[in-house]
Amino acid sequence: MATAVDVRDLKAWFGKTEALHGINIAIESKHATAVIGPSGCGKSTFIRCLNRMHETNPEATADGEVKIGGDDIYAMPAVDVRRRVGMVFQKPNPFPTMTIYDNVAAGLKLNGSHKRRTLDEAVEHSLQKAALWDEVKDVLKKKSGASLSGGQQQRLCIARALAVKPEVLLMDEPASALDPISTAKIEDLIFELKQQLTIVIVTHNMQQASRVAEFTGFFLMGNLVEFDRTEKIFTNPSDKRTEDYITGRFG
Amino acid sequence: MTRIRFHQELDELKHRILAMAGMAEQAIDLAVQAYSLRDLALCKRVLDNESAINRAEREVDELAIDLLAMQQPMAVDLRFILAVIKINADLERVGDQAVNIAQRVMNMIELSATDLPVDIPAMAGRVRAMVRDALRSFIEGDTELAKHVLEADDEIDRMNHEAFAQLSRCMQTKPDSAAQALDALSIARNLERVADHATNIAEDVIFWVRGADVRHGAGHSFAGS
Repeated sequence: MATAVDVRDLKAWFGKTEALHGINIAIESKHATAVIGPSGCGKSTFIRCLNRMHETNPEATADGEVKIGGDDIYAMPAVDVRRRVGMVFQKPNPFPTMTIYDNVAAGLKLNGSHKRRTLDEAVEHSLQKAALWDEVKDVLKKKSGASLSGGQQQRLCIARALAVKPEVLLMDEPASALDPISTAKIEDLIFELKQQLTIVIVTHNMQQASRVAEFTGFFLMGNLVEFDRTEKIFTNPSDKRTEDYITGRFG
Repeated sequence: MTRIRFHQELDELKHRILAMAGMAEQAIDLAVQAYSLRDLALCKRVLDNESAINRAEREVDELAIDLLAMQQPMAVDLRFILAVIKINADLERVGDQAVNIAQRVMNMIELSATDLPVDIPAMAGRVRAMVRDALRSFIEGDTELAKHVLEADDEIDRMNHEAFAQLSRCMQTKPDSAAQALDALSIARNLERVADHATNIAEDVIFWVRGADVRHGAGHSFAGS
């Protein structure tokens, strides 16, 4: 198996407060890796470091090494990093005034693609990959992204992220605001997508982590306590703190 | 995210399986006592108590299934519930073996008493110790004690083989005692099965506490370590 994201001694700060204390992890290519842990443990900060979103906060700094496909993300422009490492957030955030089509095409246009045919193909391909095409193909340029249901909006955001063909997709609690049916669609989608790209998903829902991810990392107070195959983490974790967390004895 | 109610229900599950274990253990004690004393009333008590064990089995299963479905247990809690479900089935089978022994003793009581070349009380004493230790290992989560139970099973197998050899010979040399010898042979076999159930329980305790699958002589760790 190949490593898609290689993280060495990653530290992150908000002002003078150290939020990550030296994370080391090798994330497998074309697999889903779940990141779990109690609120404030650093899991969102961790994934935001993987595409340099962390540093968009003026108070925030990071140190250490993060390589995507072997390339150091701090040695390339942040825009390039975010093209290669897409992100989907907890709350769907389509561009509200744009049509469905323009929402998906936005990233491509930002990257300089303006050819109509190229855009059409990319939009259809991305919406199909995000399992939304059949539901919106007739209203692509008539309806705005904001007119869709919450679950559809989230899949639209996934399509938008997929349009620029990222190698890695970061998902920060992508289904926590969705109903069970929409959640199931997102989980099915993760299963499909990881055939082609690497997924890192932050989730508070441990059943979700166990359903979608081959690997799971448990964060606690800015440390990666344990990282292993998901079935090992959820049936027989090595660290007592992991066991206490996933069995609900603290948190 | 602490799950107080869930952990209270796990405690309730443990209490219920222990109550059932007490019934199964008592059933074996009564059946063996009935053999030693040739006591028909004790045999009938074993038969009467069986339905309570069966009822307890269903109740433990129902609670365990509810917890699996409603609480989605993880790690040690998941292993505990899986172990309880299996221990539950083993205890119910122990109850069945006690009934089998009691029925054989009822046969023997109808026949004349005769000296047989088998020491059933000695074998029963060893088997009861295994059951007691298996249950104690469960109560205390003591995997060392559980390992002792696994080791003790070989001795019970040896005693059963010896009983088979001696009683087979007895049937040939003392045909008048063949019926009693056949009953004793069955009782030895039933006791050997009780020891097997005690062994299963000990294996389940090791699985619960350590996450290690030691069935059928395997020593590998559970879930891909």
